[in-house]
Amino acid sequence: MTTTATPAIALRGVSKRYRFFALDDVSFRLEPGQILGFVGPNGAGKSTTIRILMGLVRPDAGDVEVLGCRMPEEQVRAKWDIGFVSEEMRLFPGSALGGHLAFVRSLFPGAWDDRYAARLLRRFHLHPEQRVRELSRGEQVKAALLLALARRPRLLLLDEPTAGLDPVARQEVIGELMEVLRDEDRSILLSSHNTLDVEQVCDQIVFIDRGRIVDSGDKEAFLERWRRLSLELPATIALPEVPGVVDVARSARTAVVTVNAFDEALPAAYQRVGAVVRDVQRMTLEEIFVATVMNRRKERGE
Amino acid sequence: MHAELTISQADPRPMYQQIVDQVCRRIAVGDWEPGQEIPSIRALAASTRVSVITVKRAYLELEHQGVLTTRQGRGTFVSENVRLQQDLREQELDGHLARAVDVGRELGLGTRELEQRLRKVIRQREEDR
Repeated sequence: MTTTATPAIALRGVSKRYRFFALDDVSFRLEPGQILGFVGPNGAGKSTTIRILMGLVRPDAGDVEVLGCRMPEEQVRAKWDIGFVSEEMRLFPGSALGGHLAFVRSLFPGAWDDRYAARLLRRFHLHPEQRVRELSRGEQVKAALLLALARRPRLLLLDEPTAGLDPVARQEVIGELMEVLRDEDRSILLSSHNTLDVEQVCDQIVFIDRGRIVDSGDKEAFLERWRRLSLELPATIALPEVPGVVDVARSARTAVVTVNAFDEALPAAYQRVGAVVRDVQRMTLEEIFVATVMNRRKERGE
Repeated sequence: MHAELTISQADPRPMYQQIVDQVCRRIAVGDWEPGQEIPSIRALAASTRVSVITVKRAYLELEHQGVLTTRQGRGTFVSENVRLQQDLREQELDGHLARAVDVGRELGLGTRELEQRLRKVIRQREEDR
């Protein structure tokens, strides 16, 4: 990966304290041309982090840079090139979609792409004549995405972009997001708890739980590190200490070992003490996510 | 040339491996010919709807195997001297056997036991017919 180009996002040691919640020392980067999946349970701090990236919230500590602009100080300059879609955004219920298009077009006269907008309307099965209050929830999400996409921002910040979409609409949206990435200067951060979507399209993964980053890295490395081993062994044998073991579920004669630092030599380590390795399974991103969160909470005694 | 591959999340193989296998199959059946330019990493990622990093990993693996050649600034091509159809099928077979051996080793099976297993499977398949 190139690291010389200006990162789309660079967060360093970002903290923000609220009465019942705190973001604590959040750091991660997003390089141009990549999609970052920002994954966490409800209330983990995803939306707060995105609001900080948008310059809507000033952190108590840490550095925030978006497209080379310091946030929130240089947010006006940065926002020309950021497309932001969140669940909380509301379109004007009484206005037609076409009015929204004309409005955003007037705000971004140089950037707005009419042909792209027309294509997105077709792809998303939307019509300029439709009034917002006549649109279903899924159609409103697609309309908000269309308004963000059609001005071709260099960075898209999407808070739960596929939440509430049916499977067909979700594929349409994912398809359009991947089209954006044909251009290696454009980047997307998407927050989601749909790990299936994240596993499919994201290059970088950041896991957040209770205001803290609990793991991050490139997706392929992530999937490669984690395995679940099914062992059979006599009840008298203790399992050896092996680095990277996150969880052991042991009954008298079987054990299921979850590791986050798998390498090919690992099964042999168990065989040496007399265990039979029945299965070595890859894990889905969802399983990895749940194991990571549970493990971190256990480590902290939460 | 339709570019997209089909990636299944129900497939036990990792996504990059599915891409490697499907590209090999396209070449093996002659869909993609030696010397032919194939979609760039980003183009294939977009049409297949799978992350750039996953396609990149698959292409690296294929370059490593000598199946693809990347010419800086010009694109990605099927290697001129790519081993042809029969070869690729054989390579696919070797891949399956290698994976079977890996699983056998993980299960603690020795060479003799692996051979016995293979013979047993061959017998079963013949009886099935």
